[in-house]
Amino acid sequence: MNIYDFLIPPAETARREGPNQRIVMSSRVRLARNVKSLAFPGWAKKPERIRSLDLIRPAVESLPEMVACFTEAMDNLSSLDKQILVERHLVSREHAAKGAGSGMVLNKDESLCVMINEEDHLRMQALRPGLQIREAWTAIDEVDTKLEKKLDYAFSPRLGYLTACPTNLGTGIRVSAMLHLPGLVLAEQINPIIQAVNKLGLAVRGLYGEGTEALGNVFQVSNQMTLGESEPEIVERLSKVVAQLIEHEENSRATLLEKKAKVVFNHIGRAYGILANAHSISSKECLNLLSLIKLGSDLGMFPDLERGMVDEMFIVTQPAHIQKDIAEKLDADQRDIVRADLLRDRLRSTKRPTMPPRDRTPEPGKG
Amino acid sequence: MLCCVCKQKEATVHLTQIAGEKMQKVDLCEDCAKEKGVNDPTGFSLADLLLGLGASQEMEEAAGSSDLKCPQCGFTQADFKKAGRLGCAHCYDTFSEGLESLLKTMHKGTRHKGKVPLALRGTQDLKDKLGALQKKLEKAVADENFEQAAQMRDEIKALKTKLTEAVA
Repeated sequence: MNIYDFLIPPAETARREGPNQRIVMSSRVRLARNVKSLAFPGWAKKPERIRSLDLIRPAVESLPEMVACFTEAMDNLSSLDKQILVERHLVSREHAAKGAGSGMVLNKDESLCVMINEEDHLRMQALRPGLQIREAWTAIDEVDTKLEKKLDYAFSPRLGYLTACPTNLGTGIRVSAMLHLPGLVLAEQINPIIQAVNKLGLAVRGLYGEGTEALGNVFQVSNQMTLGESEPEIVERLSKVVAQLIEHEENSRATLLEKKAKVVFNHIGRAYGILANAHSISSKECLNLLSLIKLGSDLGMFPDLERGMVDEMFIVTQPAHIQKDIAEKLDADQRDIVRADLLRDRLRSTKRPTMPPRDRTPEPGKG
Repeated sequence: MLCCVCKQKEATVHLTQIAGEKMQKVDLCEDCAKEKGVNDPTGFSLADLLLGLGASQEMEEAAGSSDLKCPQCGFTQADFKKAGRLGCAHCYDTFSEGLESLLKTMHKGTRHKGKVPLALRGTQDLKDKLGALQKKLEKAVADENFEQAAQMRDEIKALKTKLTEAVA
């Protein structure tokens, strides 16, 4: 099956509702698990990896959560399919690079995705729209409890779940939230905030996880330590920090509107101008400008732009999504042209930004 | 001071990370700092960086010889230095000495607090009790309190039978 036929259409994905969705794009809890007496995937030879995949995949597929799932070995997926999965944040970039001996199982509503033989035998993740960290933890905890009856996990009473990398040892948990923080970036407060979050033992990363740029003002906040703290403690700590980040973001948006409204409107107006009129645009520029449109939409400056539309454009303007409908292989320059065509078309019926409804523009000379 | 990544150039970037009560220091030359993304606050975390360098050195020192090899999977100290990942679950026993200090710098604690697979949950309590009893027995023997020691021995025996039944 073609992965794109299985996946929920971007228009639908972008319209899923979740708490605090204006700022929290999604929540995710990932658990790392390994099977006792099998070498970790990074060290196992190919035949052994294939054997462990054959052992683990049926166990995952037989979960009640996985009825009508998408299940595939990574070597059966084209590089375009894999790239689409990465752009949807369903598999990691590292996993997309894997071939024979690795696989994935994804449930129907894309709320649960299990990577087999990534860095660990099992990387299972629960995904939720908006701020639903606790819900995601409950969901993945249940899946894990069912799976431990089918697979013999590598576990030590002293060190917990044993993982290929000592950074994941213990609970094997990675709790994360993807946040859209244009207010903090525009107010130039993002760096001190990131440093403060780091001091709490949490990591702040870019759009596609480890070692990636924070394109489109999107940041991923996640726990770093996995040993010596229980899962609920980690979930609570991250939830608290995310709640604070939401507040900081709201505050800096309010302050910006009060003190530097013209700067904000200027950014948003220019972003609209370029996206609605460009004939060639890179994916990076596109993401950064879409972030401003999203901010404008949050502020009520695009009354006729439907909420999910911006989030949908975030997805469909990614390189693999641009490529998928076109038979011949496009190079980056050609993709930039197709992307611009798509954006002009989508924004045709969106009128240019108006002033936010309640807040008046400050008088000239002030602010 | 030399850069702790390339060990060739002079270190000019000095990093200190304080997380909770723990402090970590890393010294890098300009090129390595750039390569590791140290200037980009979003893409950088000291734990990731530590894995590749200080960590394996620490492990080497603690483990004494670098020709230590996991009997289960054949993974060596040198492999860890290269990959920053272990070979199999058994490696945690093989390299336990060196890992201990590494885990201390990386995590909140060195003992697992959190979920335990259901099948092990019941036996865990028994094992803890058994450990406590064994300590008591040793103490009783050392104190030449043989009457108490005999009692401990019988209790341990009973617990062990219970444990084997639970596992079976």
